[in-house]
Amino acid sequence: MSDVETPGVTVVETEAGAQATPEVDPRPRRLVLNMGPQHPSTHGVLRLLLELDGETVMSAQPDIGYLHTGIEKEFEVKLYQQAVTLTDRIDYLAPLSNNLCYCLAVEKLLGLEIPPRAQWTRVMLTEFTRLNSHLVWLGTHAIDIGAMSVFLYCFREREEILRIFEMFSGQRMMTSYFRIGGLALEPPRGWQKRVKSFIDVFPSRVDEYEELLTNNRIWTGRTQGIGSFPLADMLDLGVTGPMLRAAGLKWDTRKAQPYSSYEKFDFEIPTRTENDVYARYLVRIEEMRQSARIIKQALEGMPEGRWTADAPHVVLPERDKMKTQMEALIYHFKIVTEGFRVPAGEVYQVIESPRGEVGYYVVSDGTAKPYRVHVRGPSFGNLQAVPRMVEGTLIADVIASIGSMDFVLGDSDR
Amino acid sequence: MIPEELNTIPVVAALVTAQPGAVVGGKSDRGELTLEIAPERIVEVCRFLKDDQKFVRISTVTAVDWYPEEPRFDVVYHLHSPERNERLRLKCRLPGENPEIDSVTVVWRGANWYERETFDLFGIIFRNHPNLKRIMLPEDWEGHPLRKDYPVTGDRV
Repeated sequence: MSDVETPGVTVVETEAGAQATPEVDPRPRRLVLNMGPQHPSTHGVLRLLLELDGETVMSAQPDIGYLHTGIEKEFEVKLYQQAVTLTDRIDYLAPLSNNLCYCLAVEKLLGLEIPPRAQWTRVMLTEFTRLNSHLVWLGTHAIDIGAMSVFLYCFREREEILRIFEMFSGQRMMTSYFRIGGLALEPPRGWQKRVKSFIDVFPSRVDEYEELLTNNRIWTGRTQGIGSFPLADMLDLGVTGPMLRAAGLKWDTRKAQPYSSYEKFDFEIPTRTENDVYARYLVRIEEMRQSARIIKQALEGMPEGRWTADAPHVVLPERDKMKTQMEALIYHFKIVTEGFRVPAGEVYQVIESPRGEVGYYVVSDGTAKPYRVHVRGPSFGNLQAVPRMVEGTLIADVIASIGSMDFVLGDSDR
Repeated sequence: MIPEELNTIPVVAALVTAQPGAVVGGKSDRGELTLEIAPERIVEVCRFLKDDQKFVRISTVTAVDWYPEEPRFDVVYHLHSPERNERLRLKCRLPGENPEIDSVTVVWRGANWYERETFDLFGIIFRNHPNLKRIMLPEDWEGHPLRKDYPVTGDRV
């Protein structure tokens, strides 16, 4: 690239210009650049302190905490079932993944058996969440690098996914659709048609994105060979998710430690070995295709039956039963006013969110409120690797590199 | 002491042989293994688990406050080995007065931010940490919000 002459620019040489040896400037050449917290490509409020030597990044210091809202403290004063609404707000691009992880952790403490229909619906909707999150990532990542139109294509499909969420839960983003013991509501009538019409066209839509980007010379030029660092460093620094898979580690919690009947679904874990921004893009594109496969299987094989566990002391009774049966009314009253007691113990539940490993560490002291909930967000671990990834590279590549991490600041700051 | 049935688990057996006296308790509950480690031995134990037992990842470091009980704090480490497909929880009990423990950043660099967060929100000091300062809250914040004696709501103005 460097030996291509830029048209319209003439280089004027001064009289001594050609012969004179450049004088060594005694002043330090280091420049400290403050990127963020209000910078469009930091996708939220990440502040990066970059120390530059010319265009080379000498050191990078991520500064987080701008979105810290004390969610972990708030868990401790909410009843177990009330706290589900907090989990939505942690990673606002993958609310259902967080719902799921929290519910699985509490259900493990309670020893609840979740009926197959609820498990399959959970799988289907978390895969929709993955699509939703990857679409937002792809659109914004492409904008960062300069491809504006991809964003519009991605948001076209995302809109349809949000409508499906709305159909199930009444909410587009903060769904809180998974509850302890099953689902909040019975899946709505006619959802199959809606999901089918989406999933029939979605693979061809992924082809469209690929057509715009995969062989695009600007895209490959900006992403290939950028942002790579060794897999051993990634594991050491706490990086998870598509970043690891793009570095060649075939590890996905959905396969390694299946939860919510993921073992019943047939899907592949895409991996690449190039370990650069481009490889992460390809991994996420392939993950979208695999998610579509899972949704299709869930649609075709959806079991019949209850959508909540048979545990009247935990799950709210159906409305008509509550109005006609004394016992159901008592349970309803007790759950709403004082919650349900969860046996003492501790659980660390891990699932694979669109960004990587989400872990909920729930400690119960036997009361109706969690004693302690710690959330291990994938963004927090990933952000820690930013200095290792960008130090020594060019400042123009910082945007592409951090974009390829796909972090959400709500998830890291909590 | 460690319950007898835990000694049949390979990682526990290896740890007890290599680091005698470091494991002071443990349980296996709901399919999850917890080992209680003597706080002064935590770095050696972690190094052994990483180098010898392939726990190459530290998933998270956090704490639990049992105020007003003593010892007040549990520092909790969640380790993960993708190769063995196993997870392990380590726990160290610290007193409420001057809670201090050695940092495990020398074993996994990824523990850095987790320990900073635990310091920020619980006030637990990690000795030999390369950069132990607040991460979530502003530098001049007073108190440690996740302690149980820290109020959830403020005064109504």
